[in-house]
Amino acid sequence: MRRARRDGGVPLPLLVPAVLGIAFLVLPLLGLVVRAPWSSIGPQLAQQEVGSALRLSLFSASLATVLSLLLGVPIAWVLARSRIRGRSVLRALVTVPLVLPPVVGGVALFLAIGRTGILGRPLYEHLGVTIPFTTTAVVVAETFVAMPFLVISVEGALRAADARFEDAAATLGADRWTTFRRVTLPLVAPGVAAGAVLCWARALGEFGATITFAGNFPGTTQTMPLAVYLALQRDPEAAIVLSLVLLAVSLGTLLLLRDRWLSRSTVG
Amino acid sequence: MTLAAHVVVQRGSLHLDVDLTVADGEVLAVLGPNGAGKSTLLRVLAGLLPPDGGRVALDGDTVWDEGRAHVPAHDRSLGMVFQDHLLFPHLSVTENVAFGLRTRGVRRAEARSAADGWLDRVGLVGLGDRRPGELSGGQAQRAALARALVVDPRLLLLDEPLSALDARTRLTVRAELRRHLAEFPGSAVLVSHDPVDAMALADRVVVVEEGRVVQTGTPAEVARRPRTDYVARLVGLVLLPGAATGTSVALDGGGVVSIGEETTGPVFVAVRPASVALYLERPTGSPRNVWPVRLVAATPHGSEVRCDLAGEVPLTADVTATSFAELGLAPGAQVWASVKAADVTVYTR
Amino acid sequence: MRPLLALGAALALAGCGGTASSGGGRTGTLTVFAAASLTDVFGELGDRLEADNPDLDVRFNFAGSSALATQLTQGAPADVFASANDEQMTVVTDAGLQAADPAVFTENVLEIAVPKGNPGRVTGLADFADPDLALAVCAADVPCGAAAQAVFADAGVTAVPDTEEEDVKAALTKVQLGEVDAALVYATDVQGAGSDVEGIPFPEAEREVNDYPICTLAAAPNPAAAQAFVDLVLSDAGRRALAAAGFRTP
Repeated sequence: MRRARRDGGVPLPLLVPAVLGIAFLVLPLLGLVVRAPWSSIGPQLAQQEVGSALRLSLFSASLATVLSLLLGVPIAWVLARSRIRGRSVLRALVTVPLVLPPVVGGVALFLAIGRTGILGRPLYEHLGVTIPFTTTAVVVAETFVAMPFLVISVEGALRAADARFEDAAATLGADRWTTFRRVTLPLVAPGVAAGAVLCWARALGEFGATITFAGNFPGTTQTMPLAVYLALQRDPEAAIVLSLVLLAVSLGTLLLLRDRWLSRSTVG
Repeated sequence: MTLAAHVVVQRGSLHLDVDLTVADGEVLAVLGPNGAGKSTLLRVLAGLLPPDGGRVALDGDTVWDEGRAHVPAHDRSLGMVFQDHLLFPHLSVTENVAFGLRTRGVRRAEARSAADGWLDRVGLVGLGDRRPGELSGGQAQRAALARALVVDPRLLLLDEPLSALDARTRLTVRAELRRHLAEFPGSAVLVSHDPVDAMALADRVVVVEEGRVVQTGTPAEVARRPRTDYVARLVGLVLLPGAATGTSVALDGGGVVSIGEETTGPVFVAVRPASVALYLERPTGSPRNVWPVRLVAATPHGSEVRCDLAGEVPLTADVTATSFAELGLAPGAQVWASVKAADVTVYTR
Repeated sequence: MRPLLALGAALALAGCGGTASSGGGRTGTLTVFAAASLTDVFGELGDRLEADNPDLDVRFNFAGSSALATQLTQGAPADVFASANDEQMTVVTDAGLQAADPAVFTENVLEIAVPKGNPGRVTGLADFADPDLALAVCAADVPCGAAAQAVFADAGVTAVPDTEEEDVKAALTKVQLGEVDAALVYATDVQGAGSDVEGIPFPEAEREVNDYPICTLAAAPNPAAAQAFVDLVLSDAGRRALAAAGFRTP
């Protein structure tokens, strides 16, 4: 009882802005829910395009997250642990996609790996491979925009982790790779998980870079945000329904994962 | 078959330049105040920190030599115990102890059984499945010792291994550590700022102050004949440097001390606080070493009171709580301090 | 919201009533909501109106017609609305926001845009059925996409686009970057894209001529200036400016 009371006591200077902030974040969502055409929600959802857009969104955001983990965690390690020169420049470069308007990011991707891009032209001319307007392009665009979120989270976790555990591992015969695998990574796992969630959420909501670089074609490149945007041109109510679906699915996924993590960490 | 090291490190205000050798089966304690460079020295010996100069050789193999050799920590045969155990929180106690074997390619089952064997030896039977967070401080430090020793290292490094423990646990863990160190066949280096650890565990003590070795010897030698104020204070002596002529020593700081034996030249005079007596009136009779002093501080110390005294000869006196009360002493009081010449230790500087 | 706006309009009327009747002296601020494709022409016409009325400040909000229509129905204050199609104008008139009936001031037709040099050797609408070409059209939800679908249906072409773009500018950008071999856009877009893009007119386009209606708004804070702007757009000078930008006169 005593503990519950102590935990419940939020100081007023924190409580008031917190409540205002929550209201600010939740009210627009409430607006969507209130304005949703609940009677027509069934037929709206039954549309084949909704299902394929949702599947594509979940698939590409998940793949983008996996890619971001494979590439982003090593980047974070280099930024947090290595002593190579120019790390601050590197960090700035890596976070550029955060400040770049996503549409510009999409154009930049064209210039790099589009059909006439620096890398894309030889790829196209010699191998006949084109990336734009494919599901690959969706994953690439989402990875480009979302990976910095993961890198920043993981780098923060690495900096906060006690590096002396790595010293201890070294004295126990672990080289840096073994140390990373068996000590560092498990220690920063919560940070990596948080980063992955952030990355996934960002990838799921990605619009600008995707519609620019991957285009919009139902079934191959039309993700939910694209479907929502186009629905908004024609039928704002349909757009609200689609938004709610995206919202419900992403919230549901995150809560499910969170439960699994929590139960694992308490049992383990 | 020894550790031989000359370590030079420049880090900000720290200028470390230390020579050491440790024989097989020998435990060397590096004793020094905080900031003296002890931990830096240990990190260099472990291979975790490249020094700025010098050479480190283990059993004749050079593991570090400026520009010629640098064997990283993970390729050295060593075990290290840290002040706050640093057991990996995500692994069980057994997995922690087995870690060094696993990285050296020992099969899982074999590594686990060796680890459990060591947990047995350090008195942690049945705790192998726990997480480090579920161990007490003493248990964790025992597990950390097992983790360091399970690989039979040639060099064992102990960085303040007992200082994070509470006084009672420290006592028992110290006794166990002493037993394990006695059985340990390789070279061991113990870093501590606690003279009791050094005295209890080490065969030889090196005192490091401000990056330099200021004294080296057996624990008994160091305890009996400290050569710096720091060591003197640690071992509970008051150190008074001076110049001896016959049976009297003219102190560098002023004043004269009568001593029991004839000697000449620069000397240290060491006075045990328990041998200093305090009087309200100037004592008459035999004692020759009598000085007027002022009581500047009094701290209870068990059944005694430690009195810091200022005057021509700065001293510390331990008086019983009873006599302290009977004398009616309070800081600021003017008293007379006396020491028998026979109770004063004198040795050359 | 509405009463406040009306009050604002009444005040504006009262404030400039004296000068409104005296010819060239429009004052205050004029806010024009116009389809993005009109950016260059209307900018030019706005400058001209400001030159004729030194005390007048003309402000534009260029965006997709549907976005503008949504903003207007949500109560955005504006004097003039120029739409790139009848549908979005209807959204506004259905809400009763117009001050007078809309007038069609110009037309636009579809054209095939190809990158400079026409690398895909596109010749006509039938090439949009070639699966080996990289092709962009607008999504059916936006006006240029609806027009494209109608044109394809009329011509009996089963188009196989690689992407359905969210607006005509996005489709054009992909042509400019050389990422698609052809896109179906408006003639004015080709005109405005410069030398990176070549236009290929096609006869089937004539069946889907796109009207551009304009009207003054009932809640206009500056109705006198609003009328002056609409008059300018419909004048000979306005038509000449539109023609120079690739628009056709009705």
